[in-house]
Amino acid sequence: MPTQVLMPALSPTMEEGRLAKWLVKEGDEVAPGDVIAEIETDKATMEVEAVDEGRLAKILVAEGTDGVKVNTPIAVILADGEDDASAEAAAGAAAPAVSSVGATVSASTQSPAPEGAPRAPATVPAREARVSEPEVPEGAAMVDMTVREALRDAMAEEMRRDERVFLMGEEVAEYQGAYKVSQGLLDAFGSKRVIDTPITEYGFTGVGVGAAMAGLRPIVEFMTWNFAMQAIDHIVNSAAKTLYMSGGQMHCPIVFRGPNGAASRVAAQHSQCYSAWYAHVPGLKVIAPYSAADAKGLLKAAIRDNSPVVFLENEILYGKSFQVPDVEDWLVPIGKAKVVRAGSDVTIVAFSRAMDYALRAAETLEGEGISAEVVDLRTLRPLDVATVIESVKKTNRLVTVEEAWPVCSVGTEVCQRVTAEAFDWLDAPPTKVTGADVPMPYAANLEKLALPSEDDVVRAVKAVCYQE
Amino acid sequence: MAKKKEAKGSGGGRASGRSKANGREAGVRPFTPEEELKAYREMLLIRRFEEKAGQLYGMGYIGGFCHLYIGQEAVVVGMQMTIEEGDQVITAYRDHGHMLACGMDPKGVMAELTGRRAGYSKGKGGSMHMFSVEKNFYGGHGIVGGQVPLGTGLAFANTYRGNGRVCLTYFGDGAANQGQVYESFNMAKLWRLPVVYVIENNKYGMGTRIDRASSTTDLSQRGRSFDIPGEQVDGMDVRAVRAAGEKAVAWAREGNGPIILEMLTYRYRGHSMSDPAKYRSREEVQKVRQEHDPIELVRRRLIEAGHATEADLKAIDTEIRGIVGEAAEFAQAAPEPDPSELTTDVYADA
Repeated sequence: MPTQVLMPALSPTMEEGRLAKWLVKEGDEVAPGDVIAEIETDKATMEVEAVDEGRLAKILVAEGTDGVKVNTPIAVILADGEDDASAEAAAGAAAPAVSSVGATVSASTQSPAPEGAPRAPATVPAREARVSEPEVPEGAAMVDMTVREALRDAMAEEMRRDERVFLMGEEVAEYQGAYKVSQGLLDAFGSKRVIDTPITEYGFTGVGVGAAMAGLRPIVEFMTWNFAMQAIDHIVNSAAKTLYMSGGQMHCPIVFRGPNGAASRVAAQHSQCYSAWYAHVPGLKVIAPYSAADAKGLLKAAIRDNSPVVFLENEILYGKSFQVPDVEDWLVPIGKAKVVRAGSDVTIVAFSRAMDYALRAAETLEGEGISAEVVDLRTLRPLDVATVIESVKKTNRLVTVEEAWPVCSVGTEVCQRVTAEAFDWLDAPPTKVTGADVPMPYAANLEKLALPSEDDVVRAVKAVCYQE
Repeated sequence: MAKKKEAKGSGGGRASGRSKANGREAGVRPFTPEEELKAYREMLLIRRFEEKAGQLYGMGYIGGFCHLYIGQEAVVVGMQMTIEEGDQVITAYRDHGHMLACGMDPKGVMAELTGRRAGYSKGKGGSMHMFSVEKNFYGGHGIVGGQVPLGTGLAFANTYRGNGRVCLTYFGDGAANQGQVYESFNMAKLWRLPVVYVIENNKYGMGTRIDRASSTTDLSQRGRSFDIPGEQVDGMDVRAVRAAGEKAVAWAREGNGPIILEMLTYRYRGHSMSDPAKYRSREEVQKVRQEHDPIELVRRRLIEAGHATEADLKAIDTEIRGIVGEAAEFAQAAPEPDPSELTTDVYADA
């Protein structure tokens, strides 16, 4: 059958172009890959190659012709044994059916959902882990434990449980952890499973993601999340998106963890909160625990999760002690906020170290006759807005507290969702308490000013209660 | 130990690497007639598939970025002849050839290119993002150099499991300047990971000729400061590729750690479909095509040795055209993904 050579598109948006030049003439033999013509648009020039072997029987569009529509037949190639009559027939035929379909296809790829299709939800709810909210069994002992110990125990228990789990990062093994979170793990599990890496975040994060794609379950420790900026390409592009890009084939069960946010006096490059950065990314789950019990239960759940998890710890909380249930296999479900303190006048939503400010402020406010309910988000993605709204329906007022910068922050998201979904329950505009919108200063007094405080929270609560 | 030392010395040294640059020289194990025909067939499948993909792109069936492998077929076909079931392959975004060589179904690959539900990624990945867990093909990655640590991680998993598998990690001359490549080299050597880094040097990183982008252009030596041996290979001769590949894969499998093969190759087409390739002359492309075409080279050997007649090869050609034509028809007719697929596969089942 004679082959029509169609006017090609240089890009998906090109509709027509100029046939600048023919490089072959009628009667020439052509082979696949031979350049036969040049076409031009206002942006570029491109060569047209023959895709079939044969004789160029007929040129249908003369060189120098402007405005040649994409998919218009521009020449006819005859294979061995075909005669010119069939070329005439091919030339006279209407544009082949496929080409008209082609235009439709490229147009429809530009709109995400065809007409009449159900509107996609604005966000994709992550499936909750199968663990349910744990009940501390009757009579179970509570033990005093630091967040640091809770995290280590979580890793140790999961490593004992699953041979595929291993820990890699800078100074995690022989040095026993830059912040001593991995203390004792090398002795317990050996150098095959507790691995010191070179100081190359981009590279070792990619290695961890590759190992996860191969079915292992790595825990990648960042000395701090500030350094993970060098690795964010692999966290987002390689870990978060691969399941989707592979149509559900390629899993990436991996936990990225380490201290996040401000420590003390380490200034701008070492004091950033990445909560909003990672919470923005579909495909990631993002956890930022406050208490030791949550740190332990959520880290264990994260290690068992089949999706990539970003686990944001806080250096200042590492040494803080909490009561942790002394039960076997303490798991806390991902994606569930927790009402840590009940109240009736205002809902204070916080996470990680900001919970300190929230809880202290709640106590102060109690003394002043304002009853604050404090919600610990614990997981930032998927965000448990339902628990927040349930609380707001009771209190009718909302204050969010976080150490991060104010623009596009997690608090911004919480305020927007509550405004959109529980507008009628609000008696005051939701208010955010955040870090100052500046790089973290070094000077002690300025650093203090850059971070939120208990007083800021008290002030914000009074404002939404109209008690200023 | 003695063996290791010797191999290291020869691989890391320039002289021996250079002397093997021409696969037609003595020392390259010849192919059996069956192997020649297999290589011919597989290279031709990639070429015809890519030509068809280019054609479908021009017709608007394939959108976005589409990077064709035409000219480089000998690299992936030769390397694939050196690995065993269970060994992994990972590459960048010029990946159609790798997928076909891994045995992935041309229909599924083409349907992914046209963004249809029958594609390997249900139409959600496209040309640059395709995977087959079943065929041990780990993508298909769109960020230049990103697949290098990932491939190193696949090799890490092999060591962790002690399963004797090797990972072929492909990247281009452009990616060879990426920092993460060297971070990977360091860890691969430090931990003696079973990875073969295959650098497909097609001379151009998009529109920039290698000597305008790289302070040193012998990429096989880029592992020297990590003590990783490397060799330049005539990437237009499938026999030379296989010969170098066999040695490299054995080196990695035997626990010696990583090794680099720099494949000297050439892409005939632009960087992507929207690249008019004005940074090089037509004569340059034509010269490679006429004098060093990897498929033509095998074709000539088959005819000259009397292992195949023109008619035999024509029959293969016809068969391949049939396969590709069928894949194209399938990919054009297959339905688009259901709208409900928009929100699936974001998270794994817990």
